[in-house]
Amino acid sequence: MDVQLLTYIIVGAAFALYIAIALWSRASSTGEFYVAGGGVHPIANGMATAADWMSAASFISMAGIISFMGRDGSVYLMGWTGGYVLLALLLAPYLRKFGKFTVPDFIGDRYYSNIARLVAVICLIFISFTYIAGQMRGVGIVFSRFLEVDINTGVIIGMAIVFIYAVLGGMKGITYTQVAQYCVLIFAYMVPAIFISILMTGNPIPQLGFGSKLLSEDIYLLDKLNQVLNDIGFNSYTEFKKSKIDIFCITAALMIGTAGLPHVIVRFFTVPRVKDARTSAGWALLFIAILYLTAPAVSSFARLNFINTIDNTAYTDTPNWFKNWEDIGLISWTDKNKDGIIQYRSGNALEKNKPQFTSERGQYNQRLVLNNPISNENEIYIDRDIMVLANPEIAKLPNWVIALVAAGALAAALSTAAGLLLVISSAVSHDLMKKTLKPSITEKQELLLARISAATAIIIAGIFGIYPPAFVAQVVAFAFGLAAASIFPAIVMGIFSKRMNKYGAIFGMLSGLIFTASYIVFFKFVSPEYNVSEYWLFGISPEGIGVIGMILNFLVAIIISSFSKQPPIEVYEIVDNIRMPEEK
Amino acid sequence: MNKEKINKYSYWNANLKIVSILLSIWFISSFGAGIIFSDFLDKIKIGGFELGFWFAQQGSIIIFVLLIVIYCFLMNRLDKKFEVSED
Repeated sequence: MDVQLLTYIIVGAAFALYIAIALWSRASSTGEFYVAGGGVHPIANGMATAADWMSAASFISMAGIISFMGRDGSVYLMGWTGGYVLLALLLAPYLRKFGKFTVPDFIGDRYYSNIARLVAVICLIFISFTYIAGQMRGVGIVFSRFLEVDINTGVIIGMAIVFIYAVLGGMKGITYTQVAQYCVLIFAYMVPAIFISILMTGNPIPQLGFGSKLLSEDIYLLDKLNQVLNDIGFNSYTEFKKSKIDIFCITAALMIGTAGLPHVIVRFFTVPRVKDARTSAGWALLFIAILYLTAPAVSSFARLNFINTIDNTAYTDTPNWFKNWEDIGLISWTDKNKDGIIQYRSGNALEKNKPQFTSERGQYNQRLVLNNPISNENEIYIDRDIMVLANPEIAKLPNWVIALVAAGALAAALSTAAGLLLVISSAVSHDLMKKTLKPSITEKQELLLARISAATAIIIAGIFGIYPPAFVAQVVAFAFGLAAASIFPAIVMGIFSKRMNKYGAIFGMLSGLIFTASYIVFFKFVSPEYNVSEYWLFGISPEGIGVIGMILNFLVAIIISSFSKQPPIEVYEIVDNIRMPEEK
Repeated sequence: MNKEKINKYSYWNANLKIVSILLSIWFISSFGAGIIFSDFLDKIKIGGFELGFWFAQQGSIIIFVLLIVIYCFLMNRLDKKFEVSED
């Protein structure tokens, strides 16, 4: 069967499964809508957290990015897993004991202040929308490449599916669909990795495979990769290119940001007991680690395979996948030396890097670009996002594997989008309306409001997907930096310091937030020409600046609270209560 | 101080001790082995892996999982000892 038909069958079956689960697990109360009634088994919650966490970025982009960043890519591997240790040890059990619905709930109650609640709501909505925009691009790419519908139709189909299970099922529906989505995505990620590992090294375990010798030559895979890269003018794969302080700060910002992301934290409100919150964090990280330990292996396989297949190959002899991705516009080839053979070297091939295609075809039927070529030997532009999706084709794996990867990528994007939508809807209906603006609404009205805000959020997300803002990639640093600089310190101090009061918390959050946001906005949007290490504060890039924002938050909060009034006695009782697992 | 208060106080201290020890290991395995001391560790090669590289892309993640498992175990034991477990 051809890829097209197989993809329709596998993706269709997966979608039918998600909808069936959604219909089976409809939410009937706000408790079920926000936190699945607090009755989810820790293993199921672990899987759901993993699916929630592993987005289109983890599934589609991460291995590709690491593939091109080499060792520097470690920041994502450590950054996006290490945060779970912080989450398990510093946040999850206490927030579960606190036992309400949302992150702003905790901040509002602990700091006895609706202003603090509001600051948290603003951070949360901003972080979540930033993130969703990225998911929708992922859905668009997969639909346009594998189902050959245009991106807009693809986004609308994706939105419709999320709509059904998020609006009907709330957290309950989302949790059980995410369990299914985790199974689909991890299977889809592992199968090609195992195949490729066997083909290249003979070792069926990819994690060992990329430390083994190649089957074709008596040399370690990573040594071979370094050698091949050096030959064509790149740095070695296994050496750092960024400065150590920058690597350090980016890793820390991603870790702390992970622990401060509201859609992840809220998952720990769904389990029955404190003990389950701890266990569930362990399961979540185990399920996440399976993918994150495989990704760096996939990255090194893909890079080596890509170079071997493409470099020094006549354009007319390139495999189909190369031309397919060229048609979508994510690969381009400019025959600089007019020999009809592809040269892949270091450096950008084209001015402005991203190709702008004309409607014309060249001598070999390649797509022509408007960009002026840069005078170096590199003739190839390749978008990093395609590496994971193209990998099975590059390695010539069977068609069903290619179809499976498409279904996995969609599962990753949809599960994360759904989790984020729920956080946004509960922030609006619960934190903003019920707790701040209109406390008199009944539970039934609140539930209706939650559904309406989920639906609105889906439509906004859909618009992001159809008209992707050019700054999607730029603002991802935002989400983590802001979570690290605002939400994380406020929660940690709320649990570990009884003396912390509302003034400290509010000014702390605001200073962390404003400092981090201005630094990122300045270097990413206002003056991108200054975005080089000489101008950075302590040599820290905008991606890593959240750490400094966090330190600032802690300092401001501690200084201000020590000069202002102690929190009321009820707050001491709240803190005492969340520190002990048993009911009092 | 009454007995319940002392109990609460020593439970929380024991908890803080567990958390700080585990977080030190967390820091050493990722920021230490994967970044700060990686040049030194890279001189040691295991199979095709330079050790610092292995810590940054594999070892630290494996240690993270183990840390949470150990944390669950220690905390469950602590909860039992102080009779604050939920079951």
